[in-house]
Amino acid sequence: MTTSYGEPILWLTIVVIGLLTFMIRVSFIALFGRLDEVPPRVDTLLRYVPAAVLAGLVFPEFLTFGASGPAIDKIAAGGAAVAIAWRTENVLATLLAGMGTLWVFRFLIL
Amino acid sequence: MDSVALRRGIKDVFPLLLGVLPFALVVGVAASNAGLDLELAIGMSVIVFAGASQLAALELIRTDAPILVVIVTAVIINLRMFMYSASIAPYFRDFAAKWKAGLAYILTDQAYALSIARFETEEEIDRLSYYVGVAVPLWIGWQIMTVAGIVLGARVPDAWGIDFAVPLVFLALLVPAVEDRATMAAALVGGGIAVLGAGLPLNLGLPVGASTGIIAGALAERVMA
Repeated sequence: MTTSYGEPILWLTIVVIGLLTFMIRVSFIALFGRLDEVPPRVDTLLRYVPAAVLAGLVFPEFLTFGASGPAIDKIAAGGAAVAIAWRTENVLATLLAGMGTLWVFRFLIL
Repeated sequence: MDSVALRRGIKDVFPLLLGVLPFALVVGVAASNAGLDLELAIGMSVIVFAGASQLAALELIRTDAPILVVIVTAVIINLRMFMYSASIAPYFRDFAAKWKAGLAYILTDQAYALSIARFETEEEIDRLSYYVGVAVPLWIGWQIMTVAGIVLGARVPDAWGIDFAVPLVFLALLVPAVEDRATMAAALVGGGIAVLGAGLPLNLGLPVGASTGIIAGALAERVMA
């Protein structure tokens, strides 16, 4: 399935995300002197953004099942990827472990 | 530009490119899967230039989530860059405004992490040159690999499940983000609520889960302190 949004709305979306992201990036760099540091309370919240957001992206991929029940190949691949990610903290190695396991299950076992 | 500092930046960023380039490839594949054409996909990589938010936005675009949800989700993911901006700002304070804007545009997780480590330990280094040496190769590599990913995504047969690379990249980023019990609480609550909210209308599961997880992390920090 691909998107049914047209090009103009997609361009607009990209530009809005880009502008907001740039404003975040440039914020303190541009305002240094007037605004020297993130207020401590905000800083405390920001510290948890990566873990919370990334888990929100990852968990549903592995723990939400379709009508056919859990996908064994994806769960096995996810397990292998977690193990490699934990040991190596390397994106490429994690990708290879996960995709490799998925392909072994799909093409050789199942 | 100080060519010694510039070269050191390039040398330091090289090993990190090994992790970033496959990530960009996956972004290209995801753009292709979402139905974006080459121009839109390149436009996104140039205009947004922030991988995790691009991947999340592409997944939401693919499933026709409301545009506002796409934007809010992408921006939440990029909020962390407030920390980078605040932390690196003192080192950039003497640069001209136009330089600051350019340097901010190419600010990424990797450019921040390498530069701040170097700036803290070596006060005499030419900061502008070093940062450019780190950040520009990341930018160039990102654009090239996005294009490669679009081409690849359009050619690899569906049976290979190449779209599964997207959650794998998120997983590879999640594991090092869980550093202690408070970040673990943020991840468990954020991920758990996102799973429970998977059926929520408007694809709100992710923004709701993420926001709850952030608060859970901050509360856990307070409880355990």
